Amino acid sequence: MTTETPTYKKKDFVSDQEVRWCPGCGDYAILNGVQQAFASFGVPKEKFAVVSGIGCSSRFPYYMNTFGFHSIHGRAPAIASGIKIANPDLHVWVITGDGDALSIGGNHLIHAMRRNIDIKVLLFNNRIYGLTKGQYSPTTVPGKNTPSSPYGSLDEPFNPISLALGAGASFVARTVDTQIKHLKDVVAAAHEHKGFAFVEILQNCVIFNDGAFGHVTDKEVRDDRQVDLRDGQPMLFGKEKDKGLRFTSKSLEICSPEEADTWQADGPTGANAFRICQACENGEIPVPIGILRQVERPVLDETITKQVSSVTESLGEGTLEGLLSSGDTWDVS
Amino acid sequence: MFAQSPLSGSVLPCGATMAPSQQENPLQQVDEVVIRFAGDSGDGMQLTGSQFTDTSALLGNDLATFPDYPAEIRAPIGTLFGVSGYQVRFASKDIHTPGDQPDVLVAMNPAALKVNIGDLKEGGLLIVNTGNFGARDLAKAHYEENPLDDPRLDQDYQLVAIDLNTATLKAVESTGLSNKDALRCKNLLALGMLYHAYSRPLEHTEKWLASKFGKKPQILEANILALRAGANIAENSELFKTVYQVDAAPLPKGTYRNIGGNQALAMGLVAGCKLAGLPLFYGSYPITPASDVLHALARYKNYGVTTFQAEDEIAAVCASIGASYTGSVGITGTSGPGLALKAEAMGLAVMVELPLVVVNVQRAGPSTGLPTKTEQADLLQSIFGRNSESPMPVVATASPADCFAAALEAVRIAVTHMTPVVVLSDGYIGNGSEPFLVPNADSLKPFPVKFQQAADDFQPYARNPETLARPWAIPGTPGLEHRVGGLEKADLTGNVSYAPENHEKMVKLREEKVRRIADSYEPLQVFGPEQGDVLVLGWGSTYGAIRGAVNRCHESGQSVAQLHLRNVWPLPKDLGSVVKRYKKVLIPELNRGQLCRLVRSELLIDAISLPKVQGKPFMATELVRHIEQLLAD
Repeated sequence: MTTETPTYKKKDFVSDQEVRWCPGCGDYAILNGVQQAFASFGVPKEKFAVVSGIGCSSRFPYYMNTFGFHSIHGRAPAIASGIKIANPDLHVWVITGDGDALSIGGNHLIHAMRRNIDIKVLLFNNRIYGLTKGQYSPTTVPGKNTPSSPYGSLDEPFNPISLALGAGASFVARTVDTQIKHLKDVVAAAHEHKGFAFVEILQNCVIFNDGAFGHVTDKEVRDDRQVDLRDGQPMLFGKEKDKGLRFTSKSLEICSPEEADTWQADGPTGANAFRICQACENGEIPVPIGILRQVERPVLDETITKQVSSVTESLGEGTLEGLLSSGDTWDVS
Repeated sequence: MFAQSPLSGSVLPCGATMAPSQQENPLQQVDEVVIRFAGDSGDGMQLTGSQFTDTSALLGNDLATFPDYPAEIRAPIGTLFGVSGYQVRFASKDIHTPGDQPDVLVAMNPAALKVNIGDLKEGGLLIVNTGNFGARDLAKAHYEENPLDDPRLDQDYQLVAIDLNTATLKAVESTGLSNKDALRCKNLLALGMLYHAYSRPLEHTEKWLASKFGKKPQILEANILALRAGANIAENSELFKTVYQVDAAPLPKGTYRNIGGNQALAMGLVAGCKLAGLPLFYGSYPITPASDVLHALARYKNYGVTTFQAEDEIAAVCASIGASYTGSVGITGTSGPGLALKAEAMGLAVMVELPLVVVNVQRAGPSTGLPTKTEQADLLQSIFGRNSESPMPVVATASPADCFAAALEAVRIAVTHMTPVVVLSDGYIGNGSEPFLVPNADSLKPFPVKFQQAADDFQPYARNPETLARPWAIPGTPGLEHRVGGLEKADLTGNVSYAPENHEKMVKLREEKVRRIADSYEPLQVFGPEQGDVLVLGWGSTYGAIRGAVNRCHESGQSVAQLHLRNVWPLPKDLGSVVKRYKKVLIPELNRGQLCRLVRSELLIDAISLPKVQGKPFMATELVRHIEQLLAD
């Protein structure tokens, strides 16, 4: 039997539920971009499972007209792992936030990355706890005044990209809520990638942390403050792509376009991705978006399936009768 | 295989090596013997005990075992806290517990003697390895004087003092093993002695050694030499005044195998999933004493089993829920502290109404507690230990072999009623073993699962009118795209709802769904008189001790009955009418009276609690004492 590749429009991925994010929330733009991206994959929509934890972003599955699972705080990667292992035929996406993924659910995230299980994680990073009304999160900039840090937060934040690189994620990318074309491209690249894909989406919370990424994402500054990394392409930025980046022995520096280094997302280590993530903290080097790392590694759900097949092949398919008659038995007559 | 005792002149398998029979020594028939092997945690006592058990099982004896080992993998040599023990009771009659007091104690060092001598029956056989009774060994066991010099030891017990170390070194000399490696065979020498003393063949253990050490011929040879030397020493040195024989037990007809509780539980889970026609997904994080369930299932990959060793207890249960969501039977296993960690996710399973089996092999607590000691104090945690109104059925297993049926029942409830289910076992059951009458595959009734297929008028929270189970609509089915989650569901549609009346309706629906599971229980059966003076009501691993105690009460003509619950929650509907037929209801539990609280509050009867929390099972004798006191009051 051959199945035709379905052709979808964005509206096929829009559920009948009323969207309930705050007006102006970056999540609206992300929802729109993801719905458009999913419609373009040619995957039957019953084969998507969208899984989330708790937080503003985690309402996302309710608005997607796919199979969806709004679970408990931090545990989406673990639930998604079970879904993918039990049915590798599904396309499993995790929607999470900086609190959900990096605080309460940090353990599940790093272990899913380590195992390279074929799930896709979209982390909406707004550097604040929105749903619980504005406490500082594991990505909040130090010094931020919030209800739980009235004299300024003291915690040093995680850089989500560095964390993902350190945990061995085989696909690490960053995009921006309002840059819809870029977002769709990155989501599509995550879909194409075989293995775990981690995408940090810089997302604006208009209520509790408005403009947290404005210095990087505002229209007036973003050409100079972002560098879009594409494998095999020179590292260029600026409105006219008139500036380049090259690695130095210690870090990175701005150079002419001709002198720019070519970006390699599949280097032997993630060292260059680490360097650029850290170099941009000084405010001169632009913030990397795009695909920071993409390598091939054994994929857990595939290796599990292979092991089950090979054991079944060598031992034969187990039956109830075989199970019951196993071991050293004796008869009483 | 063979069923009769080899000494009754029956068939022996080809090539069997017999412990030579001792014509001079009288051969005495006994109907049961309790042996306790005790030594250092590195002395191989668990192996020795389980080999004796397996051999006795193949002879057709009824059996019960109780391994009791320290939490330390290799405790400092010779210390009191490093003593590891394995008790086996084998019989030519029906038995239910590993025995209250051993008839035979094998003490491999002074620490083992000190820890265990108090339990040995007066006049019992005491085998001591004098090779480990040097000054340093004695000091480690805090003996100021050598206890073997105390003449009372020989008066109170039949003392067999033998230097097993020297005997072992001599026996395996020809293999050229180093002294250190050679001494590791001394447990086999002790086993060989006991095989002779209790008329057991060496064949099964020799076969087992061959499979274990097939790639290490030198070690294999040494172990076999030690085993045979033990049997020969026992025969020729007249160490034992009597050679005993324990015939096969008159067990019901059928095929048997010796089985440990955790192994039987794994088998029951696999069988349950076969009967449901679904793959099994087992997510777990290693924890004593539940890890053996994971180990057993990891070997069943060709039975449609996937095992996932998760990063923590929460991930283990969550991955299992994810697997259930896609149409596998999601199962997770743990012990008490792990159950506490899984609580929130179990509540999610209640809310999304997906099947889930949560195995809890209980241990003594609270907190880390006594990880290698037994207790059954997680009953209330299992039933109620989640936020809000979160009803969950609880199934309990009564003995090692019974784990098979309990696991199967849990899978049946989970997939038929679309609910998480807790299976309660404990360390005593999980590590213990006994003969298992293997059911015929045809006798197990399938409960095939039908996933939702029809997309017309599909409602994720529509309900089966009989069970109130919702449809199982798995991802990948066209037209059934829908959302589930931890937020309160609107009736039928499953959409998020904050409506006050809807919330109350859904709470009651979930409660009623679980209550109706009791409609599917088999009627309760009491052991003993249908009405009378005392009903001993129990659940879980107290089964054997209660049965032993009630049997003894029957022998003395007392009006005492036993009722043991498989389904602990919801309580069986006929429980109220059964308990009211007895003047007194006694509930022995290895906790502070948890079932008793439930029975008192649900049935409004004056049940009497008999709690014990020592990390040890009840002895039949202590139950008899309490029952008799109750009869006298």
